[in-house]
Amino acid sequence: MKFNKLYLLLLFCFLYMPIVVLISLSFNKSGLPTAWGGFSFEWYVKLFQNEKIFKALTNTLIVATVSTLIASTIGTLLAIGIELKKVRNNIIEGTVFIPMIIPDIVMAISLLSFFTLIQFTLGLHSIIISHVVFNIAFVCAVVRTRFNHFDHSIIEASYDLGGKNIVTFIKITLPIIFPGVLAGSLLAFTLSVDEFIIAFFTAGAGSSSTTLPMLIYSMIRFGVTPEINALSTFIILFSFIILFTSLRLNKESVIS
Amino acid sequence: MNKFLNTLCILLISTLPLKADIVVSNWDGYSAPDIMETFKEATGVNGEMAIHATNEEVMGKVTASGGKGYDVLFVSSPFAEALDKMGLLAEIDHAKIPNMKHFYKEAMNLDFDRGNQFQVPYAWGTTGLCYRSDLVSGTPSSWNDLLEPSDDIKGKVTMLSTDRWLLAAGLLSLGYSVNETDPSKLNEAKEKLILAKKNLLAYDDTVFYTKLVSGEAAMAHAWDGWCNYATWENPDVKFVVPSEGSDLWVDTMVIMKASSNKDEAHAFINYILDPAISTWTVENIMYKVPNVAAMEATSGMFEQFPNLGMSINELSKNETMKDVGSAAKLYAKTVSEILAD
Amino acid sequence: MNTLKRNILLIPGLAWIFIFLILPCILIISLSFFERGIYGGIDYNFNFENYSRVVEFTYLKILLNSSKIAFLSGFFAVLFGYPAAYFIYKAPAKYQIALLFLVMLPFWSNYLIRTYAWMVLLNNQGLINTILINLNIIKEPLNILYTEFSVIIGLIYNYLPFVILSIYSSVSKLDQNLIEASKDLGGSSIKTFFLVTLPLTLPGVAAGFIFVFVLSIGNFITPDLLGGGKFLMIGNLIYDQFLSARDWPFGASLSFVLISIMLFLLFLQSIFVRKIS
Repeated sequence: MKFNKLYLLLLFCFLYMPIVVLISLSFNKSGLPTAWGGFSFEWYVKLFQNEKIFKALTNTLIVATVSTLIASTIGTLLAIGIELKKVRNNIIEGTVFIPMIIPDIVMAISLLSFFTLIQFTLGLHSIIISHVVFNIAFVCAVVRTRFNHFDHSIIEASYDLGGKNIVTFIKITLPIIFPGVLAGSLLAFTLSVDEFIIAFFTAGAGSSSTTLPMLIYSMIRFGVTPEINALSTFIILFSFIILFTSLRLNKESVIS
Repeated sequence: MNKFLNTLCILLISTLPLKADIVVSNWDGYSAPDIMETFKEATGVNGEMAIHATNEEVMGKVTASGGKGYDVLFVSSPFAEALDKMGLLAEIDHAKIPNMKHFYKEAMNLDFDRGNQFQVPYAWGTTGLCYRSDLVSGTPSSWNDLLEPSDDIKGKVTMLSTDRWLLAAGLLSLGYSVNETDPSKLNEAKEKLILAKKNLLAYDDTVFYTKLVSGEAAMAHAWDGWCNYATWENPDVKFVVPSEGSDLWVDTMVIMKASSNKDEAHAFINYILDPAISTWTVENIMYKVPNVAAMEATSGMFEQFPNLGMSINELSKNETMKDVGSAAKLYAKTVSEILAD
Repeated sequence: MNTLKRNILLIPGLAWIFIFLILPCILIISLSFFERGIYGGIDYNFNFENYSRVVEFTYLKILLNSSKIAFLSGFFAVLFGYPAAYFIYKAPAKYQIALLFLVMLPFWSNYLIRTYAWMVLLNNQGLINTILINLNIIKEPLNILYTEFSVIIGLIYNYLPFVILSIYSSVSKLDQNLIEASKDLGGSSIKTFFLVTLPLTLPGVAAGFIFVFVLSIGNFITPDLLGGGKFLMIGNLIYDQFLSARDWPFGASLSFVLISIMLFLLFLQSIFVRKIS
């Protein structure tokens, strides 16, 4: 048990090492990532004056949340459908695999050409549609790892016994695959929050559909401003607080 | 019934966001953050500022969409030229941009677009060596100081990897044109650049100046304006244009042919060329602009950032980078061969 | 459950992928049979020249080298990710979800920003070198950054959480009774692991490895920044064809070849997995 804890501790050290750097840089008076210019809150002050960043953050959260919700629903159904088939169908498997392997830039250009062709108005919704495409594939792949022959027979049996589809799904299928759905959704959300190329190409022009990665990449030419480090610090600390309060609340509810 | 439909339509339309008159795309931070607000105060035109990360990306986007969605773009000159040749740009109406009168005459007669027919220059400059004078012995003066660095700075050199500029360093060091299309000369440049790669710390188009400030790199192949960011942090960072010459790059403003508000687009470009706005650009972005009034207004900065004070003759004697047309395939392949070696 | 009902489950997902991916891609991939126009447009002149360019030495070398980097990243990510997923599953139930969130949290910051943070850590004036020198472990700074090694570290770092998630999803379905049974029958822990646990979690391992492999081979930011642009991945090459070189037909043929190779590998893998089970 000790070894388990030690391993996880080392893992988190590795995962959080760059985050610690990023947090310290957000207090760096000098704007450069490689030179320490003294402690300062300057970048936090600037961050809170920057409406553009907050607008972009909101857009990113909308895109990530909506596309995750759609993709986890559709992707989970797809995974169940594929796993319940008795014979493997290589065409279906291949189709589901394509969104993962296609280079981002090809998908980005294809979608923009397609949207232009059918005269589809671009905006946040077109980014969401595009993100759902690859998120379906990732959710589906993760959920599928939950299945084994044992589960198949339970699910099949319950359907055969005349269980209503929805009842069977909620009472039997969903609990079995839930950890997979959760993991898949987390993965989809994370991919979507960070995606840049496809979002850039399928976004409408203007700040109403600018996402945070688009904003950050467009800053490159003039150096990555430490405001973004400040923002990342903020996002991570905020998520930490939510996580720990929810853990706390859980504990309290268990006790009472 | 008709009345009902009309009301419904009006209701629906009122829920849509106010449509901007023009959409401009630029790198974030390359113009004043409140430019669209001040532009509206000055002209009453509603503008939206979109952003792009690189020339290549915005170019890919307008190519895929046929130029729809944007009115004005900020792109570097070879890209403006290619957009024009692909038939995506509108002709510039000089009568609608009276502020071009502030331009140096050289800015009206650029090699790739004599008489500014499809673009209006925004900022310009050259490419050269940005170095730490305290870490480099002597003053570098040749492209070979970059490509064949002396022993003390081996492994502490960075180069631009954007295809045209990477090859330009090789071509110029051999005394060739930056627009060379002869395969054997390009091959010679390639061999030289492959050898140079062995002494390279990294290819870097974006944050080379932070490497200079930290001392991780001692010399960088750099655009002049970007070198100023390093000089700003550390006065030991100097910029030099090698004796073999260099290129003249121009960041331009272009109007899309698909734009349905070309008058407003012209008004925007005219607003940007206002001496006060151009002065803001020099003061805050530290790039040279082709605007005489703005350069005179900022002459106080020349001592700290000597490359801002580069004379117009010195600047314009450099060769302008032009689209290489059918040699582009060869360029792309040559660059892949260098980077993959 | 009859076939019809099962197929209904498939429809939304397959339709979405078909309309918003396969259909648009046919548009672009079909360009691979044409030529780049002089200024970067398309010359509609049907030929196979692009495919003969794909097999030129330079491009094959890039394909092989990026497959190597992607393979190593996938391998090590699975090697380090497996125990992590397993130990998270072994943690008390109430902490499992929290631990998974903690694994994902760093990745809600931006990719570019995280990569710059790694550059700060690894460069020759960077934190790791400074610490090692101050502790007298090394005298001269190590050149870690801008090597193949730093590219692989960057890829493992960014994709490790995906591996952990997919392996967790598969480890957490393990039937404890099976493992207990194996131990009761005298199987050692190691034997149990290799004969019972590992085979049962293989789908998660395979999915995790595939995630890292495909995401790495198409990545272009990590090789650019952590590799100092000195190691061209197939992702960079395709990206450059579409954007810098504006040679969409060649970019399309490279993508088509890449997709075909991957689908073929997937096909082989599925045969392999079926044989095992």
